[in-house]
Order: sequence, then structure tokens, then C-alpha cells
Amino acid sequence: MLIEALLALTLLAAGVVFFAPNKYAGKLAAALSAVPLVGSAWMWLNYEATGNALLGGDMAFETTAQWIDLGPYAIQWHVGLDGVSMPLIVMTTILTTMAIVSAWTPINERESQFYGLVLLLEFGLLGVFAALDFFVWFIFWEVVLVPMYFLIAVWGGPRRKYAAIKFFVYTNVASLIMFVGFLTLVFSLGDSVTALDLPQIAQALQVEGAVGSIAGFGPEAVKLFAFALMFFGFAVKVPVFPVHTWLPDAHVEAPTPVSVLLAGVLLKMGTYALLRFNFTMLPGVATDYAEIIAIIAVISVIYGAMLALAQQDLKRIVAYSSISSMGYVILGLVAYTTHGVGGATFQMISHGFISGLMFMVVGVIYNETHTRMVGDMSGMADRMPWTVGIFVAAAFGYMGLPLMSGFAAEVLIFLGSFNSAIPWAPIYTAAAMFGIVIVAGYLLWAMQRTLFGEFTLSTDYDVGRAPLHDVAPLVVLLACVIVLGVNPDIFYGMIQEAVNPILENAPDVGGGL
Amino acid sequence: MAELLQLPEWAAMAPTLALVGTALVLFLIDSIEPKSDSVSRTTLTSVGLLGSLSSLVLSGWFLIAGTGQVDGPVRLFDGSIVVDGMSLFFSFLVASVTALVVLASHDYVEGENHQAEYYSLVFLAATGMSMVASVNSLAAAFVAIELVSLPSYALVAYLKHNRGSVEAGLKYFLIGALSSAIFIYGISLVYGATGAFRFDRIAQAVGTTPVDGVLGLGILMVVGGIAFKTAAVPFHFWAPEAYEGAPAPISGFLSSASKAAGFVLAFRVFTTAFPLDAVSGTFDWALAFMVLAVVTMTLGNFAAATQEKVKRMLAYSSIGHAGYVLIALAAITGTGNDSLVLGAGMMHLLVYGFMNTGAFLFIALAEYWGIGREFEDFNGLAKQAPVACVAMTVFMFSLAGLPVGAGFFSKYFLFTGALGAGLWWLVVIAAANSALSLYYYTRVVKAMWIEEPETPHEIESYPTALYAAVIAAAVVTVLLMPAFGIVSDEAVSAASALFAA
Repeated sequence: MLIEALLALTLLAAGVVFFAPNKYAGKLAAALSAVPLVGSAWMWLNYEATGNALLGGDMAFETTAQWIDLGPYAIQWHVGLDGVSMPLIVMTTILTTMAIVSAWTPINERESQFYGLVLLLEFGLLGVFAALDFFVWFIFWEVVLVPMYFLIAVWGGPRRKYAAIKFFVYTNVASLIMFVGFLTLVFSLGDSVTALDLPQIAQALQVEGAVGSIAGFGPEAVKLFAFALMFFGFAVKVPVFPVHTWLPDAHVEAPTPVSVLLAGVLLKMGTYALLRFNFTMLPGVATDYAEIIAIIAVISVIYGAMLALAQQDLKRIVAYSSISSMGYVILGLVAYTTHGVGGATFQMISHGFISGLMFMVVGVIYNETHTRMVGDMSGMADRMPWTVGIFVAAAFGYMGLPLMSGFAAEVLIFLGSFNSAIPWAPIYTAAAMFGIVIVAGYLLWAMQRTLFGEFTLSTDYDVGRAPLHDVAPLVVLLACVIVLGVNPDIFYGMIQEAVNPILENAPDVGGGL
Repeated sequence: MAELLQLPEWAAMAPTLALVGTALVLFLIDSIEPKSDSVSRTTLTSVGLLGSLSSLVLSGWFLIAGTGQVDGPVRLFDGSIVVDGMSLFFSFLVASVTALVVLASHDYVEGENHQAEYYSLVFLAATGMSMVASVNSLAAAFVAIELVSLPSYALVAYLKHNRGSVEAGLKYFLIGALSSAIFIYGISLVYGATGAFRFDRIAQAVGTTPVDGVLGLGILMVVGGIAFKTAAVPFHFWAPEAYEGAPAPISGFLSSASKAAGFVLAFRVFTTAFPLDAVSGTFDWALAFMVLAVVTMTLGNFAAATQEKVKRMLAYSSIGHAGYVLIALAAITGTGNDSLVLGAGMMHLLVYGFMNTGAFLFIALAEYWGIGREFEDFNGLAKQAPVACVAMTVFMFSLAGLPVGAGFFSKYFLFTGALGAGLWWLVVIAAANSALSLYYYTRVVKAMWIEEPETPHEIESYPTALYAAVIAAAVVTVLLMPAFGIVSDEAVSAASALFAA
């Protein structure tokens, strides 16, 4: 019942904060968001599970209850955690609380509604990671869209309405396509599944010849069709090239605390779903088309980094770099090696913290200078030593400096993908590694221009030290990055435990590292 | 239920009797104190709420207790009236919508004349709707439908000083009279061909004697009469004007409860009187409903997308939803899938009863405040009335089929049922329509929360009863999600009982 309690309290907090007086909303939201934070930490401490949730492993905090028994497939309330979802839950609660605190300075109107929607977003995100019934999962998946739409459209920048509707339409159409793809797969299984239960469906798919024909198309065609539709639906969320175009608009227009959650957690919904659905349920198709997916991943890495290199807006730089980092995740997943898939999952966590931190730093600088343009400022290090120090540390984390979480994640991914059975795997890996060079290039270049040298600023604001409640979340997130870098095993052990069963199922590959 | 056996059989009609009793009590109050201001509105609303809620409780209780379901339907008046799961389900729906409308009307009719008549007309119409759910004979069906229609015409034209309201009432009446004539002519042809009014006897006659063209023509005309009540193509013309011109609570009443009454009649007539396998040779009504479903939903949604007035948009969207429910009839194939798809249609009508009535009651609130009718007039309303706007957002997203309300569930089961009948092309069209509908429903949400108003709204008072009705509708729309297991069980068992009979 712990997961239900966590969800219920988060939803309740959202409702309370939404109608609270504006004056106290920020503090109240931070206090109430501590409840899921402490709850998830407690769950992590008491976490006991083995194996993968979908492939017959023992889950932690699992509950199942009959909900709607109607039609060909029963719908159950089924939630539970394994080594993939547990770290994501912890990351979500930490990032939400930090995002709420970081919003105290920039959000100055309709505060109660803002914080209420952020908590509603957290509710949806926790549900996505905990749900193990397709119907329940899809409800949470869609619930996430609603607060995000409002958060961008009401509190965003000048082009917020366009960015919000683009985000909404893009991801909603993608959801619909994914829904059709998955249901096709379920229908093709015929009588071997009786519920929309994800573990049941995943295990039915492992049986040889389980997938039947639909409308004259053979099992292989049905699998490919379902895989392609789901891949497209999730790729929009990740996003990967070429369906990434909603992301820069949404990020640039979203208020900074929302960007933190957008980059930190929402993008992980896409990679999480890819891992859970495409790569766990249909490993055969994934390995058959591994080269195409790997090429998409490498293009995302390089193209995202190149786009970041071309930007003048600090926030856009961070936004595009997310596309690049998510490319690594896809590369790790498609490698189908222990370290590849494990590293990709670890990168989801690592990137959540690092990109959240980067957006937050840019936000703090913006709070003081009211500009984000690289050309508008220089020498910020003199005025904001603490913030700039954290900026530099976060940037090095992004570049993969050892002892920070990004290093652990990327080393694992590259190890895994280098040893993958995909033809030309070392070449894809080398190409993706080159992305790191570009990342270092654009981050160092941007920092050199903005942070160091003579202090100049083209806007008329008196730049002082950022208030403590702006800097504190930065310190917390940086601490998370470093702790995970020094001791990745906080999460990596459970991730590996949950990922290994996926690899045992994968045909023709595996072995190696 | 042991004690229920002691009651006379007509006690099974108690939900309907509670409504007609309330109507008579309201007439009595009116005849004692005919002047509008002399009896306080609070009295009228209290009596109305008491009546509708007792009807609600009775029908809910009967549903759970298994009245007319465990031992087969209760037959009254030589079988022209039956009480079974289907009729109780719809009595429950009608009573719920009536309760919401009565509560909301408390503030809406403030300062109008003839308030007691207004309330009693609402209850007479509700009685008719509740009765339509129980009819088992074409003659009784006609009487019940007229009992719904005649008070409805008067209610639409209730705002006598308002030209739009009077014009809407006239238009509604003229088209209603025409469709009544078609309906009764259809009934006479069916009677001529089969020699029976009762649905089961018609089915017997159809099953034994070869069917001919006269019967086919009669069925076609009966379809016409039903299309009028459900605001489906080709008798939908009245709906946008009537819903827009009518007092907003009445628009909600007609577009939810009256539509549901039309559908329950359709469900019963076409499953019990004209079984598809017996009549498909002369008139394949499943095919007719497929065509009607596609045309109705597409026309309703495309027209809704081009509207500038919110109330008119809701009116067209109501036509669109009639199209979705028509899938329930179109997908009947004579297999075990039928009770799923018919049950899904019933569920959608129930959920729609709350979300659509709630949306119209929000419009009533906007009319009460005197803010305009167009989308732009709603700009920035959330700053003044956040609670009501949250409720309206729930209605809009639920109508669009996002899973913040139970609308997603009922649509999902409708589409699954249609897939089970092999109508994948119909599901594709319906899903495309549903995706389009998100566009125009979101416009309302966007106006309320995101756009800035040109001139700030001046809201002086927050009417308690109207607010309570809007919030109650929103809470039920959301709570129907966790409770959907119960709703679906009742609906599907009621539907399957109909096929077993």
C-alpha cells in the first residue's frame, strides 16, 4: 500500500496547494513535497526485489486489485517497483522538491496554481514509473500532459502559447499512435493474455509463436508494426532525431523550474517506456533493426550536440544537449549488453540530476541578470562566485568528469555498446564518443565567454549574490551528482539486477560486457 | 430481498412514481400560492431535490437489490411496461441529471416568473424520460416520448422575454411535431405489418411470418423518431438552436437526459422488437446505424470545431457524442460481443450525463454572471472563479476523452466493443473525431486559464446552489473512474439480460 499512499498524498498535496493563498503556496508546496521525498527515500532503504518486474521478478511494494472486468481484457490496479523504476521514483521526488524551491524567486504570479500543478505533475510521473497495468500506466502517462501544458502556457516566455500547444499536440498524437501499436500487439496474442497486465503480456510474448496474425498479416509483420508504432510514440517523448522539434520550443518558453522537470524527468518517461515496452517485450525486432536504431541514436548524439554548439541562449544550449544525452541512452539500450542497458538506465538517473542542475544554474543567473544570451554577459564569476562554481562543476559533470555520475553512466554505455553484437558496433560507439568532444567544446566555450574575463552586462540589473534558497537546491543536486559518481552502486546494483533478465531473453546477442 | 416481495408489483416503478409525485406536489404548491414570489424558491428547490434524490436512491437501491434482474423483468400493464436492469440504470441516470438541473436552476430562475411551473415541467419531462426507459410497447413508447417532448418545448421557451429562447422553442416544437408524426406513422405501419404493439409480440410476428416492405418502411420511420430524440442526423437541426436558446440548465437536461431516453428506447426496440437476424433481410438497421453514426459524429465534431460561441459548440459536440453512442447499435452482430458494446453505450450515456450536464451548468454560471457567449468572453475567468474553472476543465478534458474523467473509460470500451464486432474502420473514424474534439474543447480551457481578458470580469456574487451543482457534477465525473468497475458490471449485466430475453 506504500505506493498508493505516496500517490494519494501527492495528489492531495496538489489539491491543497492549488487552492492555498498565493503568499504561502511556495513554502507549503515545498513542505508537502517533502512527504513523497521522505516516502521514496524510505522505500529505497527498505527496497527488496529481485529480477525484472515484467519478466517474473519479485517486485517491491507490489499491489494488485481487480478494477474493471469487462471485455476481452480485464483491467487491474497493479503497481510495483523493480530496480529500473525505484531509482526513477527517488530521482523524481528529489527533483520535484528542488524545482519547487528554485521556483520561489522566478514565479511571482498565480503561485498557488503553479505549485499545485507541479505537484500534480509529480503525481503523474510517480504513477508512470510505478504502474504495471497498461491501462493504469496510460492514464498516468496522459495525466502528465495536462499540468505540463498549463505550466508552459501560463508561466512561460513570450511564445509560451505556441510552445505549449506544440508540446501538447505532438506528444498527444504520439500517445495515440503508441496506444494503437500496443493494442495491436495485445490483440495479436489472442487468448494467451486475459488482462492488460504488463508482466502477463511481456511473459506471453516470450513464448515461441505466441503472436498470431492480424488481418492477414503474419506474426513478424505484426510485431514490426507494433514495435514501429511504439518506438515512434516514445521517441517523440525522448526525443530523438528527427521528432525532437517540440523540445527546444518547450524548454525555452517554459519557466526554469518546469524545464528542470521537463528535462530531468519527462524525457525519462520516453526512455523508460522504450526499455519497458520495446526492448523488454520485443527483443527480437529490436535486434533485427538494431543498426537502424543505433544510427538514429548516433545522429541524435552528434546532431543534438552540433545544434547546441550553434546556440546563443544558455537555456537552448542545455536543451539541445539533452537530445544528445538521450542519444546515449538509446545507444546503450540497443546494444543489448549488460553494461549497455544497465548504463543506459543509469544515464537516465544521472542525466536527470545533471540536466536539472544545469537548467537551475542558468535560471539563477537569469534571476539576477534577466538575460540568458551568451553575448550579453561576461565575467559573472566575479559577482556570483558560488553559482558560477556550481555551473562549472555541473558542466564538467555533463562532459563526463570522473567521480561524477555522468562519467559512470557514459563509461558503462560505451563499454557495453563497444562489445555489442551489432555489426559495426565499435564504429557507432566511436562516433557517439565524439559527441563528448563537442559537448566539451560548447560548454567550455560558453563558460569562457560568460563566466570569466571582465565583468560586463548589457542589461541594467544590479547583479548581487543569489539568495540562499536559490543556491541551496543547486548544492543538493550537485551533491547527488557527486555521490552517484563516487558510489554508483547506490542505484547501479538494483538496476543491473533488473536489467539482466531482459538480456537473457534477447536472441543472438548478449555475452561480452 | 424478502421484504420487497411483500410490496405490490407496481412498486418496482417507484423511481418514476417519485418523479411524477414531485411534479404533482409542485403543481399543488403552485395552485395554493400562484404568485411567483410568494413561495420561496428554496421551498421549490428543496421539494425538487427531495423528489429527484429519492428517485435516485430508489433506482440505485433496486439496481443493487436485483429488482427485475434476478427473477426476470417485472411486467406491468399487460407487459407494456417492464422494469429490468436497463430501465433502472436509465432511471438512475435521469434522476441524477434532474437533481443537478434542479439544484442549478435555484439560482438560474431567480427573478423569473412561473417558477413553480418551471420546476414541475422539469419533473414531468423527467417522468417521461424515466418511463421511456421502461416501455415495452410502441404505444406506450409514443405516450412516454410525448410526455418528454411537450414539457421540453415549454421549457426551452421559458425565457419569454428572450427572443432566442422563444425562437428556439418554436423551432424545437415544429421539428418535434414533424418527427412525432413520422414516428407514429412508423408505428402504425409496424402495427399493420405485425398486428402487435408489444415488443416481444412484434418479435414473434416478425419471426414467424415473412417480413415485407411495409414493415421495413415502418422501422425506418421509427429510426427517424429516435434520431429526433437523440439529436442524431438527419433530425439534428433543432439541437444547436434549442440548446443555445434554452435556459442553460435546460440545455444540459435535454442534451443529457433526453438524449439518453431516446437511446434507451432505441436499445430496447432494436434488440427486442426487431432482432437483427429476423429483419435484416428487409431492413438491415445495423448498417443504417453505422451510416448514421459516422455521419452524426463527423458532422457534430466538424461543426463544433468551427463555432465561436461556447454554448453552441457544446450543442454540436452533443451531436457528436450521439454519434459515438450510435456505435453501440451499429456494432450489434448477434454474437456475445453485443452485451459489451451495448453496455459501453449505456456507460457512455451515464458518464456523459454528468460531464455534459456539468458543462452546461458552467455555462449557466457564466450566463448568471452576465459574461458573454463567445470563447473570448471566457478569457481569464480562472482568476475570478478558479474552483468552477477547475470543474469546467475536468468536463472539457473528460468530454475530449483524456483520462482525467470517466469519459476516457466509456469511449475506450465503446471502441473496444466496436473492434470486437470487427468494425475497425468505424473505430478509426471515431478515434479521429475524438482527436479533433480535443482541439475545440481545449479552446475553452485555454481561454479560461491562459488568455488575458480585454476587460477584467466583474463577478459580484458566487451563487451557492449553482456552484454546488457544478462541483457535484465534476466530483462524480472524476469518481466514476475508480468506480467504473461497478458501473460497467451493472451496464453489461443489464444489456445481456436484454439479449437473453
